[in-house]
Amino acid sequence: MLAATLAPFVLAVFAPFVRRRVGDSAGWVLAVLPAGLTLYFAQFLGPVASGETFVFATEWVPALGISLSFYVDGLSLLFALLISFIGTFIVLYAGAYLKGHADLGRFFMFILMFMGSMLGLVLSDNVVTLFVFWELTSITSFLLIGFNHDKPRSRRAALQALVVTGGGGLALLAGLLLMAQIGGSMELSTLLANGDVLREHPWYLAVLILVLAGAFTKSAQVPFHFWLPNAMEAPTPVSAYLHSATMVKAGVYLLARMNPGLGGTEIWQIILMSFGGVTLLVGAILALRNTDLKLMLAQTTVASLGLLVFLMGIGEDYAIEAAMAYLFAHSMFKGALFMVAGSVDHGTGTRELGRLSGLGRVMPFTATAAGLAALSMSGLPPFFGFIAKEWVYKGTLDGSLPLILTAVAITGNALMFAVAFLVGFKPFFGEPGDTPHKPHEGSLGLWVGALTLAVLSLFFGLFSGFAETYFVGPAAVAVAGIPLAVDLYLWGGFKAPVVASIITVALGAFFFWQSGRLSAWLARVIDALWGPDKGYDQFMDGMIGLARWVTDVLQTGYLRRYMLVTFLTLAAVLVLPQVSLSDGFVLKTPPFDPLVWAIGLLAVVGTLAIPFTRSRLAAIMLMGVLGLSVAFVFLLFGAPDLAFTQLMVETLSVVILALVIARLPVFGTDWRGKPRFVGDAVVAALIGGAMAYLLLSITATPLDLTLSEFFSARSYTEAYGRNIVNVILVDFRALDTLGEIAVVAIAGVAVLGLLAFRHIDRASDDKTGSTS
Amino acid sequence: METVLALLVGLLFAISAYLLLSSSLIRLILGVFVLGNATHLMIFVLGRLTRESPPLIQYGLKAAEPGIANPLPQALILTAIVISFSLFAFLLVLSYRAYQSLDTINTDEMRVAEPEPAGTLLRGRDV
Repeated sequence: MLAATLAPFVLAVFAPFVRRRVGDSAGWVLAVLPAGLTLYFAQFLGPVASGETFVFATEWVPALGISLSFYVDGLSLLFALLISFIGTFIVLYAGAYLKGHADLGRFFMFILMFMGSMLGLVLSDNVVTLFVFWELTSITSFLLIGFNHDKPRSRRAALQALVVTGGGGLALLAGLLLMAQIGGSMELSTLLANGDVLREHPWYLAVLILVLAGAFTKSAQVPFHFWLPNAMEAPTPVSAYLHSATMVKAGVYLLARMNPGLGGTEIWQIILMSFGGVTLLVGAILALRNTDLKLMLAQTTVASLGLLVFLMGIGEDYAIEAAMAYLFAHSMFKGALFMVAGSVDHGTGTRELGRLSGLGRVMPFTATAAGLAALSMSGLPPFFGFIAKEWVYKGTLDGSLPLILTAVAITGNALMFAVAFLVGFKPFFGEPGDTPHKPHEGSLGLWVGALTLAVLSLFFGLFSGFAETYFVGPAAVAVAGIPLAVDLYLWGGFKAPVVASIITVALGAFFFWQSGRLSAWLARVIDALWGPDKGYDQFMDGMIGLARWVTDVLQTGYLRRYMLVTFLTLAAVLVLPQVSLSDGFVLKTPPFDPLVWAIGLLAVVGTLAIPFTRSRLAAIMLMGVLGLSVAFVFLLFGAPDLAFTQLMVETLSVVILALVIARLPVFGTDWRGKPRFVGDAVVAALIGGAMAYLLLSITATPLDLTLSEFFSARSYTEAYGRNIVNVILVDFRALDTLGEIAVVAIAGVAVLGLLAFRHIDRASDDKTGSTS
Repeated sequence: METVLALLVGLLFAISAYLLLSSSLIRLILGVFVLGNATHLMIFVLGRLTRESPPLIQYGLKAAEPGIANPLPQALILTAIVISFSLFAFLLVLSYRAYQSLDTINTDEMRVAEPEPAGTLLRGRDV
């Protein structure tokens, strides 16, 4: 299982080489892997249908409870099969669609990486592994959406998708870790088996909101729906893959997976039903407003995702079955229709609905695929889409639920019915339209995927028992967390759901008839409104503005400003914890020791005079006074080595200082006005006070002498030295001392360099005529 | 005794902060000098103070007698003194060279790396 998940990543590395070696037919070679994966996953169908589940675990970071564990049940198997099966055709399709494209090899690399990430995501059992693959899908989809990286719109769409889904991913991580904390396990299968523990915990609401933030951003629920249509900037194979069965379904997958653990509560129902319902209507209305085939499909994808979330919210048996059935149906018909839209674009040079007509005769295979898929999408019998829609109504018409839910579902479905006919039939009938170039049918790779998926939509409708036993049934059982008796059928007698379907078709036909007028009217209304897409721009502009403001405030280019910021930060870090955490200390009254007081006084006077002196000579002497008093302190408190070193170094420092300071101009002024003087003095006093306070409070606590005692005890017995300080320096911490010597050497070389380069500097100045 | 020296350390830090906030390169250098001494003294005080008994092992003994000064901070300070001297020497020469090349010791006027944005000339300049 680990090998199956990682195989796409491995092949991705070699994809560009395969492309270079095999040329444009590389798609046929690379498609072997997803085809093989489909067969591999298919062997689980039988056992999973009979109720078995499989766990495959490999240790990763055992200390943190992170393992590469994979879990196969009805839900993950359904997704894994859709990903690998549709992926097979997408690879073929991409090979044909991007034939001759210079970066086709890179495209294959990205799409295979994405496929691996998706497989990992739906199969993961460990929450951390799940998160890693979740973010990998965000990153690889960023690469795919931004594939045409020379177009600014592509770059914006890619970044937008990454910001929205990646941001949601971070919320998801927090939610998953909280869940693991509550449930005491990193494995989803364990966590979800004890759903009541999660639901009754006081953190339940926090967990729910965080997880939903991840799911809603990924699955483009209102108000995060804007990134999905923008992502249509990607080449069509990407759209067909990401927006039918994979990327955007990841959020729905997450909800379905979490249902046994987090679902079923009132708040879950309210949030999911309201967000899902609104998304369904918004997506369907926006679909009718557009006239670009791909954008229309993208918006119906938003609507379908809304419907799925809505159904997950209802959470009753029929609703869950409906969600799985609709998900299955949607993956097939939407994948097919996206590929059709790409083929039409490829064959005619436009995707504009108004310019496309009469293509049926020249593009027979594409037209057939489009027709079949559109019939399934519009929910007409005997297609699988019809069964899915019947089950949606069975779910909403469950006696206890308000009728408005059914009304929402009917309106959404009717709008999608209209869009299905607009996309699937309108371009192929009537007189040939005025297209940029003469329409022609694409090569085999361009229509084989669409046709296969479209035919399957019909097949599963006619043989619904097959879909029920192997796909929808096991998935619904996994989502519900308890055994369900799933029984899909085409015709269940003239009951309420059939009536709802008839209303849907009638309403849909009306929308289709009036589509031109409706679309124009919607365009006028919607474009005038503020939308989240504009909000996203405003948000990003605001972030950049904030960053610029912070930079302007903090980084003025004035050294003293940097110093000020540093000191204020330091003061805050020093003072705030002491104020809030320290429980005070007893100030020890020092005994009167005339020698110490005398040296202290010398140091205080010497130091205090420094800022006020206006003469260089005085400054140099005051430095000497300070250095000397510190040396005296060292001498007085049992540190003769320090005192000697200090004396030598201070002498040397003062000599060098004298040499340099004599060559620098005007010493007296430092360009500080009165207000700045006061401000700087306050900051300085704050720093000094904080340091003194820190030191006083630390010395009031007991000192841990373990290390000092260690050195004292071992100095002679192990290193044969009687001066403990020296032994520490040259023996116990010899490497440190070596580093110190290196620093001195480097400083010396740097000084030499500075002085040596003087001549070069001067020479170049002379050439340019500078007056320096 | 720690109390007296802790207050002295506080004063040294305050003076060095005041000097470092200056626009004059010379005062900045003095500030670095004071800062070094303040830090050394602080580490020294943190190791606690013991009068006139250096960390030495007497002849005939294998380990130090109790009551000696804490050797560990002394070793650390010894390293620190040498390094801060290197820094100080380098800084002095660098400042001297900067003055030679830029003809100023006012850090506000040293704008080669971060030129003044147009329209905000001398915005932050006092006096």
